[in-house]
Amino acid sequence: MKIRGFCLAACALALLVPASPLRAQNLKPASPFTVISREGRRTVQAVVDGEQDMLRVEDLIAVFQLTVREDRGNNALTVTHAGRTVVLSLDQGLASLGGRLVSLAAPPARDGGRWVVPADFVSRALPLISDTKVELRRSSRLILVGDVRVPRLTARLEPAGTATRVTLDLAPGAPYAVLQEPRRLLVKFDADALDPVLSSVSGLGLVESVSAAEPTTIVISLAPGMGSFRASSMPIEAGSSRILVDVLPVGTTTTPTAPSPPGGVPPAGTTRPESIPAFAQAASPSIRTIVVDPGHGGEEIGARGVNGAMEKDITLDVSRRLKAAIEARLGIRVLLTREDDRLVPLDERASIANNNKADLLISIHVNASPRRDARGAEVFYLSLDGLSAETRRMAENPQGKTLPTLGGGSRDIELILWETAQARHLAESAVLAGFIEEELRKTVEMSLRSLQQASFRVLVGANMPAVLVEIGFVSNPDQEAQLITDGYKNQIVQAIYDAIVRYRARLTGSRQEPR
Amino acid sequence: MTRGKRLLVGLGLAGVVVGFASWMLVGYVVRPAPGENAASGGTTRVRVPGESFIKVSLFYVAADGLRLTPVERDVPFADGTSEQAKRILEAQLMPPPSPLLAAIPNGTTLRGIYVADRGEAYVDFGDAIRTAHPGGSLQELFTVYSIVSVLTVNLPAIKSVQILINSHEVDTLAGHVDLRRPLPRSAIWLEPPTIVSAR
Repeated sequence: MKIRGFCLAACALALLVPASPLRAQNLKPASPFTVISREGRRTVQAVVDGEQDMLRVEDLIAVFQLTVREDRGNNALTVTHAGRTVVLSLDQGLASLGGRLVSLAAPPARDGGRWVVPADFVSRALPLISDTKVELRRSSRLILVGDVRVPRLTARLEPAGTATRVTLDLAPGAPYAVLQEPRRLLVKFDADALDPVLSSVSGLGLVESVSAAEPTTIVISLAPGMGSFRASSMPIEAGSSRILVDVLPVGTTTTPTAPSPPGGVPPAGTTRPESIPAFAQAASPSIRTIVVDPGHGGEEIGARGVNGAMEKDITLDVSRRLKAAIEARLGIRVLLTREDDRLVPLDERASIANNNKADLLISIHVNASPRRDARGAEVFYLSLDGLSAETRRMAENPQGKTLPTLGGGSRDIELILWETAQARHLAESAVLAGFIEEELRKTVEMSLRSLQQASFRVLVGANMPAVLVEIGFVSNPDQEAQLITDGYKNQIVQAIYDAIVRYRARLTGSRQEPR
Repeated sequence: MTRGKRLLVGLGLAGVVVGFASWMLVGYVVRPAPGENAASGGTTRVRVPGESFIKVSLFYVAADGLRLTPVERDVPFADGTSEQAKRILEAQLMPPPSPLLAAIPNGTTLRGIYVADRGEAYVDFGDAIRTAHPGGSLQELFTVYSIVSVLTVNLPAIKSVQILINSHEVDTLAGHVDLRRPLPRSAIWLEPPTIVSAR
């Protein structure tokens, strides 16, 4: 009986052995991957199998604190982390956890005596057992673990009049500062690392090269003849930003405009970016006209509270109060897009602002959520989600056209697509939205989403800095009661008024404080 | 045993076998999909033997009321992106499990879906998605981005989504979000609230 059992076991083993891992492999050495986490950087060795990057398991064990066991009985590798196990099939590119299957680019393989797994194991299977976000950036050989800030960065060089312009696009955006050293400029970013693509940048004009330096610096090497520089930035889409560094020849002076750039606070001892680019200088030097837009109206009541308060009534009341406050105390002309309870189409609201050459458009709304406990004010400016790259380019570089004038001569006009009118004012809209959010925060409760971008229809066609303010949630019974009181409405009006005062002071370069 | 008794015992055994098989079959056909239970609004789906399912993420308003959160469900497999998108959206329109809340108004009907070559999906709804909408920009953002997310997250072939009503383009659902062009996925509404950097 014992002999029979032994024979059966031997037969089973003989059947199992050929099924173990082992397809023909043609593994070649490849560039290692760098793991970036809050704890620092580690290297994971890699090989390439055809077109598939494979990572060395023993490196992953060290980085992610894994336990890996070969399960020949099930023809699998089991990978365990913190008591949770994911099973990798040795026959096909599949990982399973509790019945959930995840496809992988390839099954595990052996590189000499070492196990290797496909690179997408770390981004597709590992998060199932580690509860940590893992992002694989194959082209840049990066593995990002957890909440680390590693913006992708692309650079290009182009002539800009007598200057040479370096354009750095960051996704997502990050605070930065520019430091001038002999024969070079350093653009330093507040991030955990950079993911730069600089291969196509070669010398041009006053710039010899653009390169990356560890850990978060871009080095702009300068050619002889550089006199000064100016830098600026603006958001280009949700979460991304563009930095322009103009390298100017000797004898050129920089314009001393000094807006706070969207980049944020620079590290100590660095030079603050100085000016905003031509297409972002859309705001008038001062403010003469403001259009306030009371949301909804007429048959379109907007959101409605459980006790009957209607968005269209609250927005009209607040807008009237805001108009009165600004006109009486600042002497600025204020127009409302509706003076009474009627429906005004969204495009017409932007038209009223455009046709009256308004310097600012402020749209007032009341929010609602399916959750009754959602509460607090929010401020929005436009997101360019959905605009094609071509349309964005047109927005940033409006086409000029020369028209003949009566009596001879000609006149240059700027053609702006309605769909892209707001795009060229985004940087200023962001500043205004930030001021309003800060002033509101001083006196009223803010939502956790207090400052956001969204593709709101009423903002799209506005050819001036424009924001939409949600003054509270009428769907919350407590806030509904608050929203109809004079006290709350006046707090909102005072906060927006104070933000306008700050914005105007910034435009004129004065240090006028609110109130 | 007489011939009559043998026949009786045989019939009895056959009855037991048929009864057991029927019980097993009924149990299989009405068994809810994994994750489905009474909390899903009593929407027990009938599974047909042999039918294939895919696991997808549906998007509902999270308990904090400030973002959308994914819930995994099995949805019948379908041939072709348009048909699969339709199955996924039909599942999205079903009531969510408690305590999550639907971002799409109750009574919303799906009229059709067309997926263009460039990965733009055009989703045609009936009137209710607008007429039954309770308003508010956040609620409207949730409605729009639950539809955009459920298609772009689950079907890589779909890159952006435009919402139509009764086969017509619309400006907005409730006066806020610009719907005149296909919208790409936006992770902002799927993540815990953060404040964008304005200056």
